[in-house]
Amino acid sequence: MALLPTYTIEKPDHPYGKNTFTGLLSGHTFNLFCRGCGYGTIAHLFTRVWEDNGLDLNYPNIVGVGCYSMIPLVLPGHKNMALHGRGIAVATGLKLANPDLKPIVWEGDGDALAIGTNHFVHACRRNVDMVVFLLNNKTYGMTGGQLAPTTPEHYKATTAPYGMLERPFDPVKLAISAGATYVARWTTAHPRQLMKAMKTAILDHKGFALIDIVSQCVTYFGRKNKMAEPIEIFRWIKNNSITIKKAEGMSEEELKDKIVVGEFLNIKKPELSEKHIELIKKIRGL
Amino acid sequence: MINDDLILEDYDLEPGKKILMGNIAMAEGAIAAGCRFFAGYPITPQNEVPQHLSQRLPEVGGRFIQMEDEIGSINAVVGASFAGLKAMTSTSGPGFSLMQETISMAANNEIPCVICDVQRAGPGSGIVSLPHQSDVMQAHYGGNGEYILPTFAPSTCQDLFDFMMDAFNTAEKYRVPVVVLSDAFLGHNHEQVIIPTADEIRKKIIPRRRVLLDDDGNILNPKSYRPFTYEDPSNRGHYIIPPPPVLGTEYHPNWMPTVTHTPDSIASEDPYVSTKVNEMITYKIISNADKICKNDRRWLDDSNIAVLCYGLPYRTAIKAVKDARDEGIKVGIFRLRVVWPLPEKEIKEVAESVDTILVPEINLGQILIYVKAIGGCDAKILPITAIGRLHEPKEILAKIKEVNK
Repeated sequence: MALLPTYTIEKPDHPYGKNTFTGLLSGHTFNLFCRGCGYGTIAHLFTRVWEDNGLDLNYPNIVGVGCYSMIPLVLPGHKNMALHGRGIAVATGLKLANPDLKPIVWEGDGDALAIGTNHFVHACRRNVDMVVFLLNNKTYGMTGGQLAPTTPEHYKATTAPYGMLERPFDPVKLAISAGATYVARWTTAHPRQLMKAMKTAILDHKGFALIDIVSQCVTYFGRKNKMAEPIEIFRWIKNNSITIKKAEGMSEEELKDKIVVGEFLNIKKPELSEKHIELIKKIRGL
Repeated sequence: MINDDLILEDYDLEPGKKILMGNIAMAEGAIAAGCRFFAGYPITPQNEVPQHLSQRLPEVGGRFIQMEDEIGSINAVVGASFAGLKAMTSTSGPGFSLMQETISMAANNEIPCVICDVQRAGPGSGIVSLPHQSDVMQAHYGGNGEYILPTFAPSTCQDLFDFMMDAFNTAEKYRVPVVVLSDAFLGHNHEQVIIPTADEIRKKIIPRRRVLLDDDGNILNPKSYRPFTYEDPSNRGHYIIPPPPVLGTEYHPNWMPTVTHTPDSIASEDPYVSTKVNEMITYKIISNADKICKNDRRWLDDSNIAVLCYGLPYRTAIKAVKDARDEGIKVGIFRLRVVWPLPEKEIKEVAESVDTILVPEINLGQILIYVKAIGGCDAKILPITAIGRLHEPKEILAKIKEVNK
């Protein structure tokens, strides 16, 4: 018993408050992430959004495969694991079959941008009502730091020991061009803005919502790229983040390693499950 | 829960005799069975199934979606099943291969759904409009891990209609993905189908359990709900299969992992748990084989030759056997309506009672291996092979005469 931390029921004021608050809500006393990992922060922020807004079982979490699959251990609500990259396809079926639910899909950069890109772009196109949290740590943390489709050019990974040769994916541009209706990008260095975006996407928006959450992987991405201390990679994210407004006047060369953060798109478009209901009502004469 | 007012529970097509194409009979059978969700991707020769369902499903309050690929299709079906709808997809050989990863996951997580495989000649892209019973082994051994999917083998358009109801019932009862193996000839064959009345269908089908009840019929307390099948503690070798979890209700585990898990949905890396899971998802089907399997036995009691067949070859084998009996040859026919699980006891009995078993298959002998393993000591077991075509009755008759000498 001596190992267990002691809790206070009081909600910590600052979003970086003790992780133990998350643990308190879910009944778990620990999380399973590496030292300095950003996923604990994200789980913590989501738990706060859940708690503050009184979300319930109508918001099922569909979780893919990656380090972040461990987030469910500290999340509230029902969690349903999908196969690697297939979370969005599962959520599409779920949303159509029961339009009262609003799936919250947890995807990694490997899930949504490599193995499951097909499902990702088509769900954007269909504008299925779901929220996708794209946990973007720019590497494959779970399998040992291999290169990801989001690894910036010249940065190193365990399968790119001489530096990444390819250009990285920009999930925000991809989602906008594919037809998503809410697109935002925040990092673990912007907790308050991220919480606000989560709330907007879950509660105030109907349609396909993508939040690209740039997070730090200290153990692999950091270590391989001379940022072995958590604070170094955290500063790298923070110092490279610029707002959409600032980025407007900058050239492509200046924007190369920058992380443009902000709310890129928030529009209303007809949503797929509603169209299905309309069609059924029309055909059945209800 | 689900907006029930939109969904029409009863079958709405008028009963009686109809001439239907095989693929359409299969689609109608699915609607009769209560299927209200379809996700698919075009592939010849199953195209009439989604074409017909895209028109019919909205009429009964169902949802139809054409996904971006077969992988997306089967995953959307899994998602719809999580939401509490009966769901299916249809595909052909290459698409069936793409689905295997998710089918394996669905078997592990005990997600009821139906996969219709309108087989075509393989391997590779093969010949899209010719039959080939090429996916018999794939239905059993297609995915990683060890599991068994009940697999139906229809021979006529009437079978296609009827077996869809059996397939959905099996999926609901045993919480397992079920495969229906049609083929290119059968799918494009126009034949008489007798459609039962809505009352008869209602009596026959097992509905998806939305309010979960315990064994005595009382509403189950969510706290005592175990999400996965477990071995009956008082009756070893028998399994208690709880109703499937439904997302959005309290009847759902806190975390439903795709990794190996205990019956209480706790992820585990224990080899003992892994053994239990593999045993459970395999033996829950095998221990109920006598309830799932349905065989046709004809003229076997006085015969010294038996013809064992399933699916399309039954159509010509029955003709050949009748002709042979007219000529005074003592031959019987044993037809498998369900390929997996194999009715091992019955096959053993047949092998013991006859001298020779002929196995006409439209492949190089995928069930033959099993029949040899079961009855090889008791009878001579010979294949009759044809690929991309159906055997002619005279071929089978010639073989019967050859072994009768």
